[in-house]
Amino acid sequence: MSDRLDLPVSGLGFGMNPSFADLVRRERPEALPQTMRVDITAAAAAQVPHGTTVLGMKYADGVIVAGDRRATAGYTIADEKMRKVFPADDYSAIAIAGAAGMAVEMVKLFQLELEHYEKLTGDRLSLEGKANRLGQLIRENFPLAMQGLVVVPLFGGYDLRRGEGRIFHYDATGGRWEEDDYQSTGSGSQPAKNSLKKRWRRDLDRAAAIRVAVEALLDASEDDVATGGPNPIRKIYPIVLAVTAEGADEVPESEVEAAVTAVLEERS
Amino acid sequence: MGFMPYVAPEQMMKDRSEYAHKGIARGRSVIGLEFADGLLFVAENPSATLHKISEIYDRIAFAGVGKYSEFEDLRIAGIRLADLRGFSYGREDVKARDLANAYSQALSNIFTQQMKPYEVEILVGEVDGDASGTAIYHVLFDGSVNDEHGFVAIGGHAEDLAETLKARYAEGWDLATAVRTGVEVLGSPDGRTIDADAIEAGVLDRTRTHRRKFRRLEEAEMTAILAG
Repeated sequence: MSDRLDLPVSGLGFGMNPSFADLVRRERPEALPQTMRVDITAAAAAQVPHGTTVLGMKYADGVIVAGDRRATAGYTIADEKMRKVFPADDYSAIAIAGAAGMAVEMVKLFQLELEHYEKLTGDRLSLEGKANRLGQLIRENFPLAMQGLVVVPLFGGYDLRRGEGRIFHYDATGGRWEEDDYQSTGSGSQPAKNSLKKRWRRDLDRAAAIRVAVEALLDASEDDVATGGPNPIRKIYPIVLAVTAEGADEVPESEVEAAVTAVLEERS
Repeated sequence: MGFMPYVAPEQMMKDRSEYAHKGIARGRSVIGLEFADGLLFVAENPSATLHKISEIYDRIAFAGVGKYSEFEDLRIAGIRLADLRGFSYGREDVKARDLANAYSQALSNIFTQQMKPYEVEILVGEVDGDASGTAIYHVLFDGSVNDEHGFVAIGGHAEDLAETLKARYAEGWDLATAVRTGVEVLGSPDGRTIDADAIEAGVLDRTRTHRRKFRRLEEAEMTAILAG
């Protein structure tokens, strides 16, 4: 790896490139999955662990991003406590569905991309800028997506300039779509969306929004084998992140547990 | 091609050294101070956006004096090196010592091989664990490195400032005392009082719960501290 300081950094071209992904591509291309030159069969791609259902929605204070905890490899449960929802920086969160290993690596790259930009320029990217950059990172993964290793994230954040929460979802080609209300992606996204369609209201407060989110994930787990339901015995609950003007914070497990318990009691 | 006149290596190094010294002496200074919760960098800087002090990594900060374009170059290279390292290995594997070594090598190469040396001095600071984990590396234009303890001054009036700091410095200051003392000392060589809006300060605060221990002291906080 390159462990040297090449100076001056501004030697070539005009201005400095604040992108960490470009830096890695230049200095350590072997670390990026899209540089892998292999043909993967569809059967092999299906045996790689896949993350399943994640969702994002607006609520009174900003956005909620949540995900179940299951990863599957074919008909096997690869991981029952997987984390699919991450803070991207202080004011945004990313949730991933698709080929798990690559998705987690993409999250890491995206987090570093935002932090690197912030440190180099002394400025945070706008939410629009972050959403665009994520689309470009996904597009770079397109050759692998065509071989079955698809990564499709949801991105939610608080737009400090507009003073509101916004959510974006993506397709495998890097297409970026902004949602006005809620969105879900992954294998259980259809039942999750059906659930959100009935429960979601504009201006839900925090407690209500968390409850709607865990209920949608519960509905997804009942209709989709690849989505993990809450497991009170092993204390496995969805991971929920709330992004507001105060920042991106993980909702404490006790709060998620209380919401899950309330939903289960209502249904029993 | 013309012939280069012979210049003795001693003379060449001396000329370069003098050139770099002059460049640095023209600029303002930066002070580094260890305090109870970590490490403070404070500088006189009329610009609110062209920084002398900056975050490099989770527990590492940078300060530079001299020619802006040159220490900015070093700052960018440092952030790139640190982020690449943390990406390749682990976040805790990024160390100020390695960064100081990289700066030292790079500046030494430039000093001996380029047309002109960099007219800069820099500080690389780090906090880790308790107070014993605090480190300040002072790297000079020719690549020499000093490991500093407690306090350090670089830039225009470095010697005067270091003298004053030596007389006043005490371990275990709180942040406000460290900032007030730092600002007073910065103005001391010519008996000035520097306004809060002309002060740039950044701290590595090991008590911060955030992974990133660096934060800037914004103008409102600076005004409050200096008034207190």
